Amino acid sequence: MQCDFCEKKATVFLTQLIEGEMKKMCLCEECAEEKGVTDPAGFSLADSVLGGETATDPGDIITISDDGVPCPICGFTFNKFQQVGRLGCSECYKTFADEVGRRLKGMHKGTVHVGRVPEGLVEAHARQQRLDQLRGRLEQAIAAENYEEAAGLRDEIHEVENSVVTQP
Amino acid sequence: MMRFSTLLKHPADWMTGAAKGTGVVLTSRVRLARNLHREPFPGWSTKERRVGLLERVKPEVEALPEMKNGFSQELDSLTSLQKQVLVERHLISREQAARGEGSAAIVNRKQALCLMINEEDHLRMQAIRPGLALSEAYELVSSIGTQLESSLEFAFDHELGYLSACPTNLGTGMRASAMLHLPGLVLSDQIAQVLQAVGKLQLAVRGFFGEGTESLGNLFQVSNQSTLGESEETIIRRLERVIEQVVSHERNARLKLFEDDADMVFDRVGRAYGTLRHAHIIASKEALNLLSLLRLGAELEFFPPETGGTCDSLLMEIQPAHLQLHSGKKLTPEQRDAIRAEIIRTRLQSLDPPVMSERQEDEDREDPPDTIVDL
Repeated sequence: MQCDFCEKKATVFLTQLIEGEMKKMCLCEECAEEKGVTDPAGFSLADSVLGGETATDPGDIITISDDGVPCPICGFTFNKFQQVGRLGCSECYKTFADEVGRRLKGMHKGTVHVGRVPEGLVEAHARQQRLDQLRGRLEQAIAAENYEEAAGLRDEIHEVENSVVTQP
Repeated sequence: MMRFSTLLKHPADWMTGAAKGTGVVLTSRVRLARNLHREPFPGWSTKERRVGLLERVKPEVEALPEMKNGFSQELDSLTSLQKQVLVERHLISREQAARGEGSAAIVNRKQALCLMINEEDHLRMQAIRPGLALSEAYELVSSIGTQLESSLEFAFDHELGYLSACPTNLGTGMRASAMLHLPGLVLSDQIAQVLQAVGKLQLAVRGFFGEGTESLGNLFQVSNQSTLGESEETIIRRLERVIEQVVSHERNARLKLFEDDADMVFDRVGRAYGTLRHAHIIASKEALNLLSLLRLGAELEFFPPETGGTCDSLLMEIQPAHLQLHSGKKLTPEQRDAIRAEIIRTRLQSLDPPVMSERQEDEDREDPPDTIVDL
């Protein structure tokens, strides 16, 4: 196979996903080097195909209108998440809880963590999960106009809320 | 601290096939992703903050008893060739190799544990063991996580578990995977079926070398996709059960191939032996595929048992960065193919041609001697 940029034999084959489209490129060793393909520090096919004036240019990303509410801790916005698929910091999961929550459905086996909990948080975690569960049942009971059960659940929630968590 | 040259000279037990029970499952690995509370993830952090975080986390990691006398380097202090060698040994990720200042790789002396600071997440911890040993790998890496948790506050949410830069790692932050050698299923055209079945169980399968569905050397990696909603133990148990089934399918496929057409199997292995022993120019793809057949031959006892380990070492040694390091200079693709062939010839020079073991010959003798009818 011939190199896309010169007459030589292509030995480097590159596939990249750009804006959801698969782009393939064949290069010879020298062109690959020149274009920085062999350099793992971030070669972008879009740059060489489209002459470097694409959204992958960091200058452009900033100019994309970004009118969502930024995370108070790190300044990340949800628009950026849609571009890069990653969040800015752990607090972003609170800031963008609804949007992220919607995307989580179907991504994993469940939507609530089961498994290891940091040692200092074991008790607090159990309590929190118990409260979430009770609140869920309370909502259902109210919706079903089952007020007797709702009252019982409300008392139980208060009880858990007032219990003292002993930190190690 | 361990030097890069020392690390190179002493490949881990799981790289060389020195351990027993690695016939179908070469290695098991488990990695955990962790991030510091309220600290911007590496991809959204500034260089100053990344360096600050590195300076805080690295000493904690180095102080772990498991990491004593290990290898610890910041990525900007390694050459791109050195980084590439670490990638080829699967000690660091391709993504980590692309990073420089503010990122580090720490590998323990036995190279069973590797930790990356400021990869996609602040901390990626990985344990690697030979054979099917996911629980063992998990215990190892989990203990590291617990120890670090006493000094570092990891981001954790009661609903979403451990918080990661990418939502695909939420919850346990755990990715468990095994590398499988499946020539029997490939040769008998059953591989697509088996992989499809595995894919339906929310497990990911991909070729170990090469991209997408292409697989070189008949090596496949099976891993969990879901990290949220199930405990670490549940995920590992399911993965192990599925892998055990794939292993038994692979063993059956090998037996059946041998029963149905022993000559074909022997021919394939023999041709692989001939080419590898005598080639002077060999491309990576051809080498990987022939080494797979040689490895199969070793499992079928056509070769001495240690031949499998030789194949596993070669898988690593014939990759581009290793070739360049071996020859001490930059190589053109043509030169690479020549040096690759030379390394393989040298390593296999004392390997005798394949022989069908007595047990297998006995089975052959039971057949009526109809082969001489033609005479």
